[in-house]
Amino acid sequence: MSELFTLPVLLGILYSGIRLATPYLYAAIGETFAQRSGVYNLGVEGIMLMGAYTAFYVASISGDLWLGLGAAAGVGAMLGLLMAFVSVTLRAEQGISGIGLHLFGLGLSTLLFKTTLGGVTSISGFQPVRIPFLADIPLLGDALFNHNLLVYVAFLLVPVANWVINDTTLGLKIRAVGQNPAAADSLGVSVGKIRYLTVTVGGVFAGIAGASLSIALINLFQENMTNGQGFIAVALVYFGGWRPWGVLGGAMLFSLVNALQLWIQVAGIELESDIAVMLPYLLTIVALAVAVRRAQQPAALSKPFERGEA
Amino acid sequence: MNTFSTRIRWAAAAALLLAACAPAAAPTSAPVPTAEPQIIEVTRVVAGTPEVQVITATPPPAAPAETFRVAIVMPSSTTDMAFSQSMYEGLLAVQREMGGEGAMEIAYSEGMFSVPDAAAALRDYASQGYDLVIAHGSQYGTSLAQLAPEFPETSFAWGTALDTFQAQGVTNVFAYQAEAQQGGYVLGTIAALMSESGVIGISGPVEAGDAKLYVDGFKFGAESAKAGTKVNVSYTGSFSDVSLMAAAAETHVAAGADMLTGSSQSVVGAIGVAKDQGAYWFGTQWEQTFLAPEAVVASQVYDWTGIIKDMIASHQAGVLGGKSYTLTFKNGGLVIA
Repeated sequence: MSELFTLPVLLGILYSGIRLATPYLYAAIGETFAQRSGVYNLGVEGIMLMGAYTAFYVASISGDLWLGLGAAAGVGAMLGLLMAFVSVTLRAEQGISGIGLHLFGLGLSTLLFKTTLGGVTSISGFQPVRIPFLADIPLLGDALFNHNLLVYVAFLLVPVANWVINDTTLGLKIRAVGQNPAAADSLGVSVGKIRYLTVTVGGVFAGIAGASLSIALINLFQENMTNGQGFIAVALVYFGGWRPWGVLGGAMLFSLVNALQLWIQVAGIELESDIAVMLPYLLTIVALAVAVRRAQQPAALSKPFERGEA
Repeated sequence: MNTFSTRIRWAAAAALLLAACAPAAAPTSAPVPTAEPQIIEVTRVVAGTPEVQVITATPPPAAPAETFRVAIVMPSSTTDMAFSQSMYEGLLAVQREMGGEGAMEIAYSEGMFSVPDAAAALRDYASQGYDLVIAHGSQYGTSLAQLAPEFPETSFAWGTALDTFQAQGVTNVFAYQAEAQQGGYVLGTIAALMSESGVIGISGPVEAGDAKLYVDGFKFGAESAKAGTKVNVSYTGSFSDVSLMAAAAETHVAAGADMLTGSSQSVVGAIGVAKDQGAYWFGTQWEQTFLAPEAVVASQVYDWTGIIKDMIASHQAGVLGGKSYTLTFKNGGLVIA
């Protein structure tokens, strides 16, 4: 055990945890916006896959990572719009349409991957950027401030999202629409417009979440490479109590324990690998049961709004 | 021998006579007599007769010589650079050797990580009358043992495993295993001798099947080649989690490893890490050099062609199962590339 709790190992866990948390943060913060406005988008995984594929394909064809990132955001926006159309305009059952969107993204990204790329190739993705001065902080500097750009942006997104939701007029409208759409509507807030906006923004972030995997962290595309991360992101929104800081806490807990279990195995500590890989899920469930309040769940979550109905 | 081909003929004849155009439903729901009863009588007699000669004695339609029909269900994709691709490419090689698509038909279902889905696909293929149905994954074994007795004229194969279910009275299942520890041992030896740090990192998927054989062989080879070599082993618990596999490789590098290896289709993530961090990679299952020529030292490649050919020959000779095969260096099934 003592082998595990040495300083370099702990810093290594922190470094890996930060990287692993990045796609979850983008996807879960985006989903937080959608859910705060009352739309439950279970299709995040599908959008992530399309984002990952698009970013990789565009970046490898054009040689421009930013173009790839932009394209992933664009595809995410389109799929977000699609989800908004289905859930807001058509008022479809949100859980079901989300699953449909997931399968659509999974199938389409696999098909496009097969037809355009054929097999797995890799590219040189976003490189680590050492932040001057901060990266020179003894011990923590390297673990915290020597990441690629998309990692920093993911973490900066948390306070920004928190500010937008809690301290701006737009955030007030989002919360109102998610809490009591009829009241918001009577005060002249367009429920439809707000929900279209949040679900589309959620789509953009899910697309970027996929891109962070394919052109920043792993730098390749393989079919179904997100492997369920989109669903974990949706769970993290619940875990975080629909608050960006809570989402950050959940994402970091899950990712740090994941990094820890890898170290447990690598360090040769006697623990069945099957139990080790269970740890992140186990601890997240325990934390969910013990520590997380459900008080902030938007009252109108997953309920389509129709004027004059409620 | 082949009720499906007779059904096809029946379907073709019926379709011609009825001038109907819904042939897709015909193979699985063959005897639905609505018109021309005498034709249906003929096919019933033919379908019920196991003798090949009787079938060919019926007025032959335009179809040429019998096409051998193979179907395969695999967990990942035909381009996974690992387990599934090795078998798919093996099938393609045999197909070329036999004379192309006219001589051998290949149908495949990929991405079948879900066992119930795979079981359904296996059943579909069997009921469509494929001659050889391959369940390419040790996780499919239980489903196959239940399925095989229902289709006594079909040959089934599965792996990596050695059990042909003969103890359960099943006679039409082949099993195949890759003795991956052999290549693991060789590559482990090379890795230990190449390593400057004396630390080697192995990231496996699930602690079972050929992955475990490979990991154990690699570890043993490395430790035997050079005293004091430290071999760290981790498993991600998934065949498909690219992201966690990459994180595992990063962890190995952080723990001082300069030689990395791993098994399953998720290793593409780890190869990227090896490339970025200046470590060396050893591949298994399929030739992985192409993904990072500067980082990949060598790969153990599975060559299934010999096994596939023998299964086809056995089937044609009337032996539908009961054999278990192994890939080894000795029989040419394992190759270092």
